[in-house]
Amino acid sequence: MDLSEREERVITFQVNSKAASFDDDPSTPLLWVLRDNLQLTGTKYGCGIARCGACTVHIDGEQVRSCVTPVSRAAGRSVTTIEGLSSDLSHPVQRAWLELQTPQCGYCHSGQMMTAAALLNKIPNPTDADIDDAMSANLCRCGTYHRIRASVHRAAELKAGGGRR
Amino acid sequence: MIRLLFPSMLTAAAAFAQTAQMSSFEAFQKAATVIRHPRCLNCHIPGDQPLVGLNGDGHPMLVKRGTDGQGAPGLRCSTCHQETNGELPHSPPGTKGWQLPTPQNRLAWAGLDDQKLCRGILNVLKKGGQPRDKIADYVNSDPRVLWAWDPGPGREKPSMDRLEFVELIRTWIEKGASCAP
Repeated sequence: MDLSEREERVITFQVNSKAASFDDDPSTPLLWVLRDNLQLTGTKYGCGIARCGACTVHIDGEQVRSCVTPVSRAAGRSVTTIEGLSSDLSHPVQRAWLELQTPQCGYCHSGQMMTAAALLNKIPNPTDADIDDAMSANLCRCGTYHRIRASVHRAAELKAGGGRR
Repeated sequence: MIRLLFPSMLTAAAAFAQTAQMSSFEAFQKAATVIRHPRCLNCHIPGDQPLVGLNGDGHPMLVKRGTDGQGAPGLRCSTCHQETNGELPHSPPGTKGWQLPTPQNRLAWAGLDDQKLCRGILNVLKKGGQPRDKIADYVNSDPRVLWAWDPGPGREKPSMDRLEFVELIRTWIEKGASCAP
């Protein structure tokens, strides 16, 4: 492979506002690039077939299941992971999750929080029905759903009251 | 290879010759067996929850149509569905433009007899100000229609060859787009 072919194959994108690139099979799931290449291990592997939501991240603000998203979909775009919500726990979703001690085991909650953050970007003051519609594909084997719903409402209040601390 | 191809080419040629003899509505009726394929009807629904599989089960995770046909805020079709089929069993199918019809134009075909289905499709074209032959281009090129013949692992294809289906739609339109037996 000559240099120009190699440059064509390299996928460049932003992750949490930093430049990133990937030079391998473009069908590689974004999840493995984040975890294995970029050491962003906050995003979790759950089912591997987009059924559980543990691997949820944002691409240009829209949530995607990174376990089934080819890294090529991120080319030229901006990826946000749980580490990128904020580095100082100031994001309203992080604050609400801490305040209400939402997780039990916690494994699914980076995905839960990323979906909640995407929802609040679209609907700043969601109803219970809005929350159910958005969050019903994020599974929690510990059954923390009641706290998740309360936390989304609390995050909406925090966001309305001034957003980040 | 020639041995393998020859019988299928003969079958296709015979199907095309048969199509040429059909009336407009006869061609539509045969094409309707594809339009009514359970997997097509999974998204051409009157309600707001898409269906999945050949049995028309409700889409897992209470997925909704949304205001633009692309899902609810926080759970978009593109959250899970990519522009290609997932390779693993039970992983999401995908192609470009994976979404439901919009709530304003639901294109709900389930339960319609041949005549109502025929009129329904023509009405959609009329409402959109589209020429009738647009439907032939649509079934020949729209990624979601093409996907029916490339549905990914574990999913069966329609029983009819894709080009035969396109030819039937073309015959229906070219012979007058009739909805009368």
